[in-house]
Amino acid sequence: MTFEVPKVSYTGKIREIPLGREGNTVIVGGESCYPFHLFEGEMPHPPKIAMEVYDSEPEDWPDTALEPFADVIKDTAAWARKCVDTYGAEMIALQLASTDPNDKDISADEAAKITKEVSDAVDVPMIVLGCGNVEKDTDVLKAVCEVCEGRDLIIGPVVEGNYRAIGATAIGYKHTVVASTPIDINLAKQLNILLGNLNVPDEKIIIDPSTGALGYGLEYCYSVMERIRMAALIQEDERLQFPIISNLAREVWKTKEVKVPESEAPLLGDMKKRGILIEALTAQCVLLAGADILVMRHPEAISLVKESIKDLMT
Amino acid sequence: MGLSGIEIFKKLPKTNCGKCGVPTCLAFAMKLATGQAELDACPDLSEDVKEELGEASAPPVRSVVIGTGERAVKLGGETVLFRHEKRFENPPAFTLLLSDNMDEAEITARLKKFNDTVYERVGVVLRPELVAVKAESGDASKFGALVEKVCNETDAGLVLMNEDADALSQAARSCSNRKPLLYAADKNNFESMGNLAKELSCPLAVKAVNLEELSEVSEKLIAMGLKDLVLDSGARTAKKALEDQIIIRRAALLKKFKPFGFPTIVFPCEMADNLIKETMIACQMTAKYGSVIVMSEIEGHSVFPLLLASMNIFTDPQRPMAVDQKIYEIGATNENSPVLITGNFSLTYFIVSGEVDASRVPSYLLIKDTEGLSVLTAWAAGKFAADTVATFVKKSGIEKKVKHRKLVIPGYLATISGELEEELPDWEILIGPREASHLPAYLKQWSAD
Ligand code: SF4
Repeated sequence: MTFEVPKVSYTGKIREIPLGREGNTVIVGGESCYPFHLFEGEMPHPPKIAMEVYDSEPEDWPDTALEPFADVIKDTAAWARKCVDTYGAEMIALQLASTDPNDKDISADEAAKITKEVSDAVDVPMIVLGCGNVEKDTDVLKAVCEVCEGRDLIIGPVVEGNYRAIGATAIGYKHTVVASTPIDINLAKQLNILLGNLNVPDEKIIIDPSTGALGYGLEYCYSVMERIRMAALIQEDERLQFPIISNLAREVWKTKEVKVPESEAPLLGDMKKRGILIEALTAQCVLLAGADILVMRHPEAISLVKESIKDLMT
Repeated sequence: MGLSGIEIFKKLPKTNCGKCGVPTCLAFAMKLATGQAELDACPDLSEDVKEELGEASAPPVRSVVIGTGERAVKLGGETVLFRHEKRFENPPAFTLLLSDNMDEAEITARLKKFNDTVYERVGVVLRPELVAVKAESGDASKFGALVEKVCNETDAGLVLMNEDADALSQAARSCSNRKPLLYAADKNNFESMGNLAKELSCPLAVKAVNLEELSEVSEKLIAMGLKDLVLDSGARTAKKALEDQIIIRRAALLKKFKPFGFPTIVFPCEMADNLIKETMIACQMTAKYGSVIVMSEIEGHSVFPLLLASMNIFTDPQRPMAVDQKIYEIGATNENSPVLITGNFSLTYFIVSGEVDASRVPSYLLIKDTEGLSVLTAWAAGKFAADTVATFVKKSGIEKKVKHRKLVIPGYLATISGELEEELPDWEILIGPREASHLPAYLKQWSAD
């Protein structure tokens, strides 16, 4: 029996999408094979990591996650600057969590003001994410689009319930949208079709099929991402040939397992290393499933994942 | 699964006796061909036919067992490349590496930690499964002594790693009843290793420097009659290991390439200079097809996240995970503690109980059987309807545990509160937050009066 390498012949390709302002762009996508299957295709742009910053001081983070940002958590713009200057962030993801009506419920104008400050403080491509409340996000993201005209933001989550309003504004101010759907390949495709019908250009769409943390539903997201890539690359489903973003850090750092001190659960080991690894392993899994942009938090988890990407690419 | 229904039918007794549970041999053959029946259901097959058909209907990646009794670990048995296609069968065995060069106290400590590291999650026991004993001292008696020590101090399955065939043989004979994995046969020593494994009925690892060589040695061992092999392609970088693992699995599944139809053994311990990085590589191999994953150390901060990853990846995608229907007491509850209710989808349970725990407000969490569906889906499917919720609350025994009669329901199910109040006239129904993350704030202001 002679051995022959069984290769997959890919017929589709993921769209290449440039993000950010002229002169400071990052390109994502462009894959012509499954994630890191470099023996049979190409991945011209390695996956990118966006470091997240919050619009107000986080209240429920464990110290292990706060520590690297202790000097800047009260000032979102300074926080973003630290991510770029000290930790070498390739992108910034601003989480407008305080806009949540169930939380601090800050106004759309207030959120837009914070966004502008962060946008002025850093040059790297910037993702701006609303709180997930369909109506509130519409107001907030419209205001954000307006004040950041020319910044070429990536804004989201754009969902079935608000894609018209946000999509139209994004087109007007030339921003990229994050099309978010709840762990379902058909819904992901459907939203991309709707955005296309609305005339959102294809090179302005990134998809977010939802993310769960390690131990908290990661497998669903993992499989949806794998299926999306399969449809895009093998079945030439062109409404799924978009880069994928995974907003994982906020899922990871709210789980019980990153917050329990070793003194209470000795078998879980060192709390800091454990939290970092739970974030990094969540990232590692979604990378292998097809994510192009990871929204991450802890600088040490980020260096681990960067190194892992490098190892898998070269 | 090479044979068609008709081909299988030709080998059956054709008496249509019906003992297999279906009326005709042909119907039974069709079921066998599609994997819906077990060969053993027909009592009238000759041994020859059994073997022939058994081989044809065996999974393309053979199941190999390492260890015995309760701690036997089954590996391989895989039938798909992607977990959504069906499911992955046997999660990897995270394996502790011990060297005969380590000092005694160190070994004792590491073994103890290995034994103590056991977690339970949704009723599933998660633990590192195997101990690999590696010869580095060059002294056969030291190796033998370490094998003996490990046998005495743990029930776990073993991997015996020794390049010296004689030393390996000696040690293997001393513990062959434990069915250790012998590591490893290579292109030079495969005959003696193969004979040893056959004689002792132990699984045998095959080691090569690349896939080509691996296929050759594996093929020779198969020809010698060995059945239980475990493959090491020799890759020691993340990139190469990913490539090799994918090619091995594909060759087995898509090309029915027999020499690669076995589980694999991989060595993150040889691919990084610290445990953290090693853990990243082990995670990659958990997702992409590693079976025996050898780690330099077992530490909670590393192995616990790996076990979570393994549990996630190996969950049956068709079956939602569920926890038992009952009252969960979180913290030091008393008769004035809040009572919350939600569905038994395990994720719901983990998230809600995690938030309740984080709130530091001791609470009773009633978990109603929703057949593993999330709350909204369960409600839409009639599994969280007011009448069934009421029946469960009454039967649960919660009325004996608390003095108050206030029940917090998930915010998304505000619509059932009216009906629920009718079904549970003694109870006041409170609408909880829609998102679990708002539970701590909610519970802190909750009061029994
Ligand atoms: S038990 Fe065997 S012989 Fe009898 S009907 Fe079934 S397949 Fe045929």
